[in-house]
Amino acid sequence: MKSLEELKAIKEKMKSTIDLRHEDPSATKVIVNMGTCGIASGAREVLNAFAEAVAENGITKSVMVSQSGCSGHCENEPVAEVTAPGKEKVIYGNLTPEKAKEIVEKHLIGGTVVEEYKI
Amino acid sequence: MYRSHVLVCGGTGCTSSGSQQIIDVLKKEIKAAGLENEIEVVKTGCFGLCALGPIMIVYPEGTFYSMVQEKDIPEIVSEHLVKGRIVSRLVYDETVTENGIKSLQDTAFYSKQHRVALRNCGVISPENIEEYIGTGGYEALGKVLTEMTPEEVIQTILDSGLRGRGGGGFPTGMKWKLARNIVPDADQKYVCCNADEGDPGAFMDRSVLEGDPHVVLEAMAIAGYAIGANQGYIYVRAEYPIAVKRLEIAINQAREYGMLGKDIFGTGFDFDIGLRLGAGAFVCGEETALMTSIEGNRGEPRPRPPFPAEKGLFQKPTILNNVETYANIPQIILKGADWFASMGTEKSKGTKVFALGGKIKNTGLVEIPMGTTLRTVIEEIGGGIPNGKKFKAAQTGGPSGGCIPAEHYDIPIDYDNLISIGSMMGSGGLIVMDEDNCMVDIAKFFLAFTVDESCGKCTPCRIGTKRLYEMLDKITKGQGTLEDLDKIEELCYYIKNNSLCGLGQTAPNPVLSTLRYFRDEYVAHVVDKTCPAGVCKDLLKYNIDPDKCRGCTLCARKCPASAISGTVKQPHVIDQDKCVKCGACMETCKFGAISKN
Repeated sequence: MKSLEELKAIKEKMKSTIDLRHEDPSATKVIVNMGTCGIASGAREVLNAFAEAVAENGITKSVMVSQSGCSGHCENEPVAEVTAPGKEKVIYGNLTPEKAKEIVEKHLIGGTVVEEYKI
Repeated sequence: MYRSHVLVCGGTGCTSSGSQQIIDVLKKEIKAAGLENEIEVVKTGCFGLCALGPIMIVYPEGTFYSMVQEKDIPEIVSEHLVKGRIVSRLVYDETVTENGIKSLQDTAFYSKQHRVALRNCGVISPENIEEYIGTGGYEALGKVLTEMTPEEVIQTILDSGLRGRGGGGFPTGMKWKLARNIVPDADQKYVCCNADEGDPGAFMDRSVLEGDPHVVLEAMAIAGYAIGANQGYIYVRAEYPIAVKRLEIAINQAREYGMLGKDIFGTGFDFDIGLRLGAGAFVCGEETALMTSIEGNRGEPRPRPPFPAEKGLFQKPTILNNVETYANIPQIILKGADWFASMGTEKSKGTKVFALGGKIKNTGLVEIPMGTTLRTVIEEIGGGIPNGKKFKAAQTGGPSGGCIPAEHYDIPIDYDNLISIGSMMGSGGLIVMDEDNCMVDIAKFFLAFTVDESCGKCTPCRIGTKRLYEMLDKITKGQGTLEDLDKIEELCYYIKNNSLCGLGQTAPNPVLSTLRYFRDEYVAHVVDKTCPAGVCKDLLKYNIDPDKCRGCTLCARKCPASAISGTVKQPHVIDQDKCVKCGACMETCKFGAISKN
């Protein structure tokens, strides 16, 4: 490698990795419930779909994708909670990886809550 | 694509408490849970909170686990990594609040810190150049080579007010300017890095090298461009094996990525770095001795002038900066001199890294803006003194520095303030002492160190420190006279004024500063033949209070010298001639009947 452009390309490539390691209190949180009920109905695939979609769209700095235990919505698993600072928590249920990608595009980037997946 | 990163400290402190084994088990458990493509395990440099190692942080949550053991790993994997349930019993208790877990940045230890030199320590893998580039690494080198003239680089460093972090506090930009201009037609110049950190209790440079080695390489290349050098040397102690290994990896990666070598960024600028290992002589931290050692000779200092900027390594113009000084350079280039100069005090800009040790709760590494008070560092960041003891003094600058007594607890720490009270910044070791430390004994400890480490080239240092040590030894044995105190002072000034290099010139400082602030303790040893702190064994006497002694015989059975006698249920007595002053009796007594004075 020789050029500054290549240096910038590596920095861009590493962006999501480095962003993941900084705690930003103003970041929007996406929490996927990973209790036994969640895992059994596919929460892990949903969690990974969220993480990938956030990285692919380059919004790792403003969105944190994390997990928690069971929140009590077992009949609607997989469940994910989206909390933006200063806004009310939105709870989505019966998710699939496809729905997760849609939420990232419409809600996290577009700013519109996807009403049909809310529970 | 990993959704979560587990950062495990791979600094020396945590490595010695088993972090490598933890990493191995962690990787195994993560694989067993089928998470190896979702969770990345990263070995980083030092997080700073060494007292609580081994340390582990799980991102994106930022959960800070402390004192993690191998047996805890399966639980962390199955609970936290699989199910998202934080293992609260292992979480650093300072981050636990009524409303859940608060951010590490809001804890007392981290909130008052400001990390510039340590910004990547505990954040990136030091063995992966791409992670360094990801945090903006080598951008400053690119900027310097493509947008700035060498004069502009030097002016930026001058304007920033950066001063040498190795102890002396000489303005870094001035050093570079001299090396650039003093010999205009030099055919060869050198850039050296002093990584021969040797003060007892200091591990700042070690942590930077272990946690972020590329920052030193980048800064040295910048310095090379500024002064017109194409060769650098890092002189690092062989006793720092992890630092040496990571430097080797970093240099190889930098060459592979074209950050070192020929024609960097296609600008025609060449720069390479060689590693030289020191065999552990303290004097080789002195700049002329260090260069003599790199040249392949026995590490002994040589007289200055000529200064290294004129005739340094191999008699060529050379700059020599300390690791922490270099660690500030790329940030100054990227963020500007004004940004750096906005931190700190009037004459001491930026931040300083301190290694906290001694009688303090949070033993570890902290980086604070210059001008922070000693009280803030010790009471707030350091968590105070354990066991409810009282602060007596802090020693800064190692064997070259002095102590700061309680009366100066609120002094803002910077170069000039510390010198004005008879201590010095030094490289950043900060050893905290409480009421149980004897100041004469402390002075004797540091003198013993310099006696051992004196290279022997000049008489004032070789023989002077030895005689000084003998007089201190006499005092701690209760054989000193008041005349000795005057003689000690005279000899101190003689050694300071006549020694060849910094080692001898500063060796008497621990004695002078303890004499200045704790003369009464010296007098107590000489006149009253007592050690107020109860440290100097020859002056101690253990006594049994006959009113409190129940005659349980426990102490008599515990005494290794059979110095205690008495009949059951009758008060016992200690035979002072036989007593070896080990204190075992006092620890054993359940009735508080034994005292020492």
